[in-house]
Amino acid sequence: MPPVVYAVSGGVSKFAKARPDKTFQAIVKEAYDYAIRDIGLTFEQFTELVDGSVASYFSDHFQRQLMSGIMAQDYLGLCPKPGHRVEGGGATGGLCFQEAWKSVASGHMDICVAYGFETMSHVETWKGNEFIALASDVSFDYPVGGFYSGYYAMMVTRHMKEFGTTVEQMAHVSVKNHLNAYHNPYAQKRNRYSIQDIRNAPMVAWPLTRLDICVMSDGAAATILCSEDGLRKLERAGATISRPLVRVTGIGRGTDAMRMADRPHVDYDYFMRHYATGHEQSSEDTRTYYRGLWDNGFRYPGVHSFRAGRAAGNMAYKHAGLTDPLTELDFIELHDAYTSSEIQTYEDLGLCRYGEGGPFAASGKAFMPGIDYGLNLPEKPICPVNPSGGLIACGHPVGATGLMQAVFAIWQLQGTIGKHFGDAALQVKNAKRGAIHSHAGTGTYVTVSVLERE
Amino acid sequence: MLNLPTRRPETMGGYIVHNIPFPTALNEQTLALLKHMSPIQIEQVYQINYLHSYGQDSPFFAGLTNEVFLGCRDPKTGYTYANPRGHDMYTGDETQWVVLPNEGAVHAFTVCHFGSEEFLPECPYILALIEFEGVNTLFLTRLMGVAPNRASLDWIGMKVKAEYLRNSKLRPTDVYFVPA
Repeated sequence: MPPVVYAVSGGVSKFAKARPDKTFQAIVKEAYDYAIRDIGLTFEQFTELVDGSVASYFSDHFQRQLMSGIMAQDYLGLCPKPGHRVEGGGATGGLCFQEAWKSVASGHMDICVAYGFETMSHVETWKGNEFIALASDVSFDYPVGGFYSGYYAMMVTRHMKEFGTTVEQMAHVSVKNHLNAYHNPYAQKRNRYSIQDIRNAPMVAWPLTRLDICVMSDGAAATILCSEDGLRKLERAGATISRPLVRVTGIGRGTDAMRMADRPHVDYDYFMRHYATGHEQSSEDTRTYYRGLWDNGFRYPGVHSFRAGRAAGNMAYKHAGLTDPLTELDFIELHDAYTSSEIQTYEDLGLCRYGEGGPFAASGKAFMPGIDYGLNLPEKPICPVNPSGGLIACGHPVGATGLMQAVFAIWQLQGTIGKHFGDAALQVKNAKRGAIHSHAGTGTYVTVSVLERE
Repeated sequence: MLNLPTRRPETMGGYIVHNIPFPTALNEQTLALLKHMSPIQIEQVYQINYLHSYGQDSPFFAGLTNEVFLGCRDPKTGYTYANPRGHDMYTGDETQWVVLPNEGAVHAFTVCHFGSEEFLPECPYILALIEFEGVNTLFLTRLMGVAPNRASLDWIGMKVKAEYLRNSKLRPTDVYFVPA
């Protein structure tokens, strides 16, 4: 029997450009206390029951503080319980969630709390960009002009050239995510934009404008995971755990070379054998489509695709028993650091075929039903992507981001978005299964986790 | 219409304050009021000089100072990297140094109108990934000789050639590319 791991609660601090009013430990406590309160326990009761923790934060530079994790552990009153820090760039939060899952799934802990944070406001934006760019090879990538928006812009020019993807299709993602966030009180940017607004915004790295790119943030998030025994312990102590229960049913991870220049360009047969989804392998039409791409010079993954994302998705889907994510997932919270990377990720996660991410973005399939985006969308929503507003609108306090996705996914599956947001517009009706996707570097670490309602 | 700035730029520096407002008498009421005090923010400087070793990749930089563009090749499979790499990622074998072509083509590019602090003075600058005949991976570089304000997807596929800085900085930007 696969181990049963429940995700029973979560909390998120309000993401903001700057939170000088509190130190990072106190911001973590906001999210942590919310998660405890939401299951009706006191701080002391939860402290008595929780077995340990995993801490998530990306950069020691932003705080100018080593071992920030233990300072949060200390502030939360978790000492001397076990805990450790995980770090993997932008995927730090997703890795943290999965490490907490492992702690429970392995039987090492019955109740584990995963908390994460980042306080990026301590430096100017351009210095923050420099810190982030140090997550590229400092011998060969950074000195050339280290700037992550530049790296992603290069990927998208190749995507545009290879597949005909347009800036207007990318702008659809920005319009969607900003307007979704209008209904999310935790989000940093809650705005209604038009396609023209996105294109008219200041150019950052051609063709990405400021509204194609997520912002830096201060924020924290926390989730509580437990085993069946852990669930019984919490409830015996008086916890009110929302029914239906939410389980973590699939875990997947992938990696790729730090220098995106080093990524391979494999042939059709290798792709079909090692990277194609089950759905792609079984479809004659898709095999013919892909043969056509390769006949026209397409090679995989190159710099236009993330094989780490594809590997993580395939692994998580197999674990959860999914074959067609577009119809079997009710929503996805994915790592949209850039509008272009949301489009690339549609393809990696198998929501559409490689090369079809642009038309998919503008189709309407990834939008929320019942929200007027002011766009002419030809198709109805099938699988809303980033119903919360994603990184582009919620903000991206790196160590908190993947856990924020987990919290919003838990609330979606509990059906409690209305309670937590004070607005039910973003509740995916009858959501039974969702995925969260966390992504680092230029696609170096990627995690995908599948959560399901019992 | 001109896009004129409407806000003065903010900087981190400020005046040194010699006296922070604080209650003149401490009692239960004034101590409770401290919970409503706005945060004090100070500037902290953090500066380090690293002694960074290029290790086994050092010949690449020595090559650039002599206007030679070196890559690495797996001797058994012939898989060739445009970036130095001491061991092949597929066979695990030690690679050999090879001289790469001085001409290639633009595989992908962008124009950076903003950047990290170190590179802000150089904006707008062009980043490009270059592909080479007979080489299996790409090379990240600066592209010169095209107008940053005329970015076009037509640049992809453009033939380019290597140029070298006369005064080496021992950085990967000692080589850059221009239209061939």
